[in-house]
Amino acid sequence: MKNIKKLPTSYPSKSSTSEPLWVKISLITISLLFLSLFLFVPLISVFAEAFRKGIEGYFAAFKDPAAFSAIKLTLITAAIAVPVNLIFGLAASWAIARFEFWGKSLLITLIDLPFAVSPVISGVIYVLLFGLQGLMGPWLAEHNIKIIFAMPGIVLATMFVTFPFVARELIPLMQEQGGEEEQAALMLGANGWQIFSKITLPNVKWALLYGVILCNARAMGEFGAVSVVSGHIRGKTNTIPLHVEILYNEYNFVAAFAVASLLALLALLTLVLKSIVEWKYQHQKKGYNR
Amino acid sequence: MFYLSIIVLIPLAALFFKTTSLSWEDFWSIVSSPRVVASYKLTFGASFIGATINTIFGFIVAWTLVRYQFPGKRILDAMVDLPFALPTAVSGIALTTIYSRNGWIGQFLEPAGIKAVFSPLGVTIALTFIGLPFVVRTLQPALEDLEADVEEAAACLGATRWQTFQKIIFPSVFPALLTGFAMAFARGLGEYGSVVFISGNMPMKTEISSLLIISKLEQYDYTGAAAIGVMMLIMSFILLLIINLLQSMNKRFIKKGA
Repeated sequence: MKNIKKLPTSYPSKSSTSEPLWVKISLITISLLFLSLFLFVPLISVFAEAFRKGIEGYFAAFKDPAAFSAIKLTLITAAIAVPVNLIFGLAASWAIARFEFWGKSLLITLIDLPFAVSPVISGVIYVLLFGLQGLMGPWLAEHNIKIIFAMPGIVLATMFVTFPFVARELIPLMQEQGGEEEQAALMLGANGWQIFSKITLPNVKWALLYGVILCNARAMGEFGAVSVVSGHIRGKTNTIPLHVEILYNEYNFVAAFAVASLLALLALLTLVLKSIVEWKYQHQKKGYNR
Repeated sequence: MFYLSIIVLIPLAALFFKTTSLSWEDFWSIVSSPRVVASYKLTFGASFIGATINTIFGFIVAWTLVRYQFPGKRILDAMVDLPFALPTAVSGIALTTIYSRNGWIGQFLEPAGIKAVFSPLGVTIALTFIGLPFVVRTLQPALEDLEADVEEAAACLGATRWQTFQKIIFPSVFPALLTGFAMAFARGLGEYGSVVFISGNMPMKTEISSLLIISKLEQYDYTGAAAIGVMMLIMSFILLLIINLLQSMNKRFIKKGA
């Protein structure tokens, strides 16, 4: 955005501080080709394969009760993981931005950790902890609590991988904004909840929304971590991505791609929402800097 | 803090705890067995090549998105994040279908004797797809922050455009480029979903480390899985450290420039 406005004024002589036309055109062509090869072709192919047997073939995939239960499980998982991470993200970034305490930089590193760890490992650690041979396995079996190969495991693994999204968006913003407004509100006699709902929350709302959108997309689409802990019990512990995998491995390609197209739509929706929020957020930022 | 320790710390501790049940020799023999080493080689090799491809093309993409005007630019800009938003299982089956023998791209590769699916090449393709947003998204702000006056000064002093690019532009975005490379590389190391479908998972040939962990788990070899997991975790830690270092270098560079 910045550059669109900048270009005409700050590049007085175009020839010396810009590239010749043929370079421009070939660079644009290269990036268009590269992006279409790597982004558009796979995306379009999902829908093309899904509709290979016509619209009826497409909708037949959703009549399967296993598909229905996979969708339900995914929605439930996201409905638990996203709010929990939202609350944690807010709390953690508030603590990090406003207070000095021992181990703060360690905390920041730990928040980033799920990004750096392979999703498979994130699944494995829960199996090692709660699985039958795991550390807490015997105790859990005695009390008849099932975590691995059941819903709690899926929710936990999803929480782990989606854990950084909200906090990462908020920490830099809250650090930058500082605590003056909150202090002023406190002096004027606002109570804790008033400060939070009138000052803190509105200040970070776009960044928060941005984090939530990304967090949700990941929660619904997570594959590696969930596939380790779920046990692939059809109709019971299969999320949408796992259902796609099973259909695909059964050579039921049309159904696999039909279900996958749901996730692709979700991804597109995520991108659209993200762009809108980004745009609003930039507006707010500009207002803030003024 | 409490939540963090339940979700992150305790499970991670469990991983290390599990490996301590192994003696040092046993641990070493697991993580250096030929099949495991072959998987490291593939994982690192494919991630490295994928990240390199992304660095080259990601630079061009970021450059065109920041500097040039053309129709559809905003859509393209938003689409760059697709690999990030698209669930990995979906991208996995989509890529496999495209590059398989009768797929859209695969049908042209097959007569040329190039086997993309179920080969290391397929793994590389999947990892390139996954890493693409990282390079573009780290480069874009760096390119946007570049001030026009240095370029103008260079032009005034008689530098050709290519010289300006080589001596002024490239060195100032180099840290960002390196960060993007490292991030794409790190992502590639841990990637699972998009690779399992296209790789074919042949032991010693197209089996990545993450998959090896899963197959160990399925054979109830929990300690083996934990050992490989620890190895990979250590490697990602080192990478994370390098990335943070690069980023702080990058910030210092920008501050100095401003």
